[in-house]
Amino acid sequence: MPIDVLMPALSPTMEQGKLAKWLKKEGDSVKSGDILAEIETDKATMEIEAVDEGVLAKILVDDGAENVAVNTPIAIIAAEGEDVASAAAGASSAPAPAAEPSAEPAPEPAAEPPPEAPPGSAPASPAIARSASAYDAGSEVPEGTEMVEQTVREALRDAMAEEMRREESVYVIGEEVAEYQGAYKVTQGLLQEFGARRVVDTPITEHGFTGLAVGSAFAGLRPIVEFMTFNFAMQAIDQIINSAAKTLYMSGGQLGCPIVFRGPNGAASRVAAQHSHDYAAWYSNVPGLKVVMPYTAADAKGLLKSAIRDPNPVIFLENEILYGQTFPVPKLDDFTVPIGKARIHRQGDDVTIVSFGIGMTYAVKAAEELAKEGIEAEVIDLRTIRPMDTETVIASVIKTGRCVAVEEGFPQSGVTAEIAMRIMEAAFDYLDAPVVRVTGKDVPMPYAANLEKLALPTVAEVVQAAKAVCYK
Amino acid sequence: MAAAARKSAGAASKPAKSGARRGPKNTPSFNKEEELHAYREMLLIRRFEEKSGQMYGMGLIGGFCHLYIGQEAVVVGMQMASKDGDQVITGYRDHGHMLVTGMDPKGVLAELTGRRGGYSRGKGGSMHMFSKEKHFYGGHGIVGAQVSLGTGLAFANRYRENGSVSLTYFGDGAANQGQVYESFNMAALWKLPVVYVIENNRYAMGTSVSRAAAQTDFSKRGLSFNIPGEQVDGMDVRAVREAGARAIEHARSGEGPFILEMLTYRYRGHSMSDPAKYRTKDEVTRMREEQDPIEQVRRRLLGEWSLAEDELKAIDGEIRKIVNEAADFATNDPEPDPSELWTDILL
Ligand SMILES: Cc1ncc(C[n+]2csc(CCOP(=O)(O)OP(=O)(O)O)c2C)c(N)n1
Ligand SMILES: [Mg+2]
Repeated sequence: MPIDVLMPALSPTMEQGKLAKWLKKEGDSVKSGDILAEIETDKATMEIEAVDEGVLAKILVDDGAENVAVNTPIAIIAAEGEDVASAAAGASSAPAPAAEPSAEPAPEPAAEPPPEAPPGSAPASPAIARSASAYDAGSEVPEGTEMVEQTVREALRDAMAEEMRREESVYVIGEEVAEYQGAYKVTQGLLQEFGARRVVDTPITEHGFTGLAVGSAFAGLRPIVEFMTFNFAMQAIDQIINSAAKTLYMSGGQLGCPIVFRGPNGAASRVAAQHSHDYAAWYSNVPGLKVVMPYTAADAKGLLKSAIRDPNPVIFLENEILYGQTFPVPKLDDFTVPIGKARIHRQGDDVTIVSFGIGMTYAVKAAEELAKEGIEAEVIDLRTIRPMDTETVIASVIKTGRCVAVEEGFPQSGVTAEIAMRIMEAAFDYLDAPVVRVTGKDVPMPYAANLEKLALPTVAEVVQAAKAVCYK
Repeated sequence: MAAAARKSAGAASKPAKSGARRGPKNTPSFNKEEELHAYREMLLIRRFEEKSGQMYGMGLIGGFCHLYIGQEAVVVGMQMASKDGDQVITGYRDHGHMLVTGMDPKGVLAELTGRRGGYSRGKGGSMHMFSKEKHFYGGHGIVGAQVSLGTGLAFANRYRENGSVSLTYFGDGAANQGQVYESFNMAALWKLPVVYVIENNRYAMGTSVSRAAAQTDFSKRGLSFNIPGEQVDGMDVRAVREAGARAIEHARSGEGPFILEMLTYRYRGHSMSDPAKYRTKDEVTRMREEQDPIEQVRRRLLGEWSLAEDELKAIDGEIRKIVNEAADFATNDPEPDPSELWTDILL
């Protein structure tokens, strides 16, 4: 069957072009790869190569023709063994199937109703308000469970050790995690128990070891990547986002990435701007990631165990100041906390205060202050930022009608901005006052003690905000 | 580019196995089955890529589409040297790599057209495809990312002691990325079973190697980590297989990484919309006429191995049939269901 040569599209946006020059003439034999003609677009001159073998039977569009639409037949090639004359005569009336330019490019998706977002994957909608119910974190610990006092640091270490005992493919990798026992001593004792094969000290090479860990997760291992602090993960953020978060989608569900990225995040104490960044908002912007930021030792332990078992990439944001704080932790053989569920830290009816991670320290103290003045705040610890437990927040806001959101991160496009938006989307009618946020100031973190204090949120600011939304 | 394989200074490579038959210029020979196998595999890639180019021209394929035409001997020779279970990972110029691992041309081409039967269900496109079953780990759009990822595949091999080797491919342009050297360091430090295959096709988009690289001999790029390296005539599939076999053996036996710089050439533009004004037509023509990897095998099959033209024609016919069937499938397969928008984000 004779073959039509079509005017090709040379870029996704090209619609037409000029047929500048034929380099073969009628009667010439052509083979794959031979250059047939040159065409010009508004951007460039390009060559058209033959894809088929045969004889150039007829040229349909002459040299110099302008505005030749993409997919117009421009020549006919008689396939080997075909009669050139009849090919030249017949082809354009009966084009080969491959030449059919409008080759039925499959059903129009637009014709169908837009797909509904699955619940939980999208921002809140007013529909949530009607059915919103708060998650009961109390059910995570069976009644009568013995509690032991532990630091966040110890809880994190225990979580890793328990999961490493449970599953052989779990390993820890990062700078100073093994022999030095962790830059912040979170991996204390792991090398001694699990050996150098599973507790891997790396060179200072964030981009490289993150990519390496992601690759090993594609191959089925379950790495826990410790960043000495999350500031240094910026060197590796391409591998976290482009490789770890997106590959499941880009592989049509074939290649999951079971990996945990963990380490201290946000302001520590007097370490200035480069060592103080809070990345909660950054990572929470990315579909394909889960983002966890615990406050208490119990949540740190239960959530880290869940993160290690999770088949998805989980960003686990710790905090250096919280490492040394002590909380009661349930004494259970296998205590886990589900990712994506908030915890009501304190109940109250007058105003909802939502926070997470170290932001909770301001929220909790503010609630105590407010109580002295007769304002009962409900304090919600989000615990997970992505996926966010909007329902628990909404259920509380429906009850109180007022909300203050608190974070240490920057205000613009911050997590608290997201919380406010979700409340507006789902519970606008229930609000008795606009949502107010208390955040870190919109400045790089300064070094001087007084300036650093000024840059961070304060309990007083939270108290003031809560009073403001209560009109007191 | 030298036509014959050159060994780079300082590379601690072992001599070729003795007893192997050597062709002219001291190139190792193939037996007839090997020549035929290489011919088929390379031709499949060539015809597949030509078809992809054509379908791009028809608007059936969108976005970026990077063809492998000219470089076929590299993946075919390497695959002939590898074992089942060895992983392959590369960048966005990945169609050839997928075909040699045995991935179905229909699924690959349907991914190029963004259809539901594509390897990534239409969600990845030309640059992002994977097949766990065939040990193909992508298909990555970020220049250089695959080097750390491929090193991680090797890390997993060593962790599990499964005896597999990671074949990690990247371009001369990618070889200038920092994470490549971070990976080299770790791979050498931990003796990971990885072979780094640098496909030096002389250009990174429009930038020639000499305009981008202070050290243009990429086989030496591992010297400061004591990683042995070798330059290989990447247009001669026999030279590739021979060097590949030694490099893979080195990695598999626990001696750590190996670098193979494949001296190769891409005939087409960087991607479909590249007019390739940064090089002369003459340069391209000369490479095609004098060094074409498929033509080299074809000449040997007709000469040394006395095959008849008709026998090769029959192979050509079979390959065209495979490619045309793939094209039909990729053209007629429906687009993904709209519900696919929301799937495969998390497990
Ligand atoms: C990190 C990054 N920077 C830039 C690009 C854009 N880009 C895509 S391919 C390419 C050239 C790469 O050349 P080379 O590594 O030699 O591979 P080749 O295309 O020759 O196969 C560039 C700059 C990219 N995809 N990723
Ligand atoms: Mg290149």
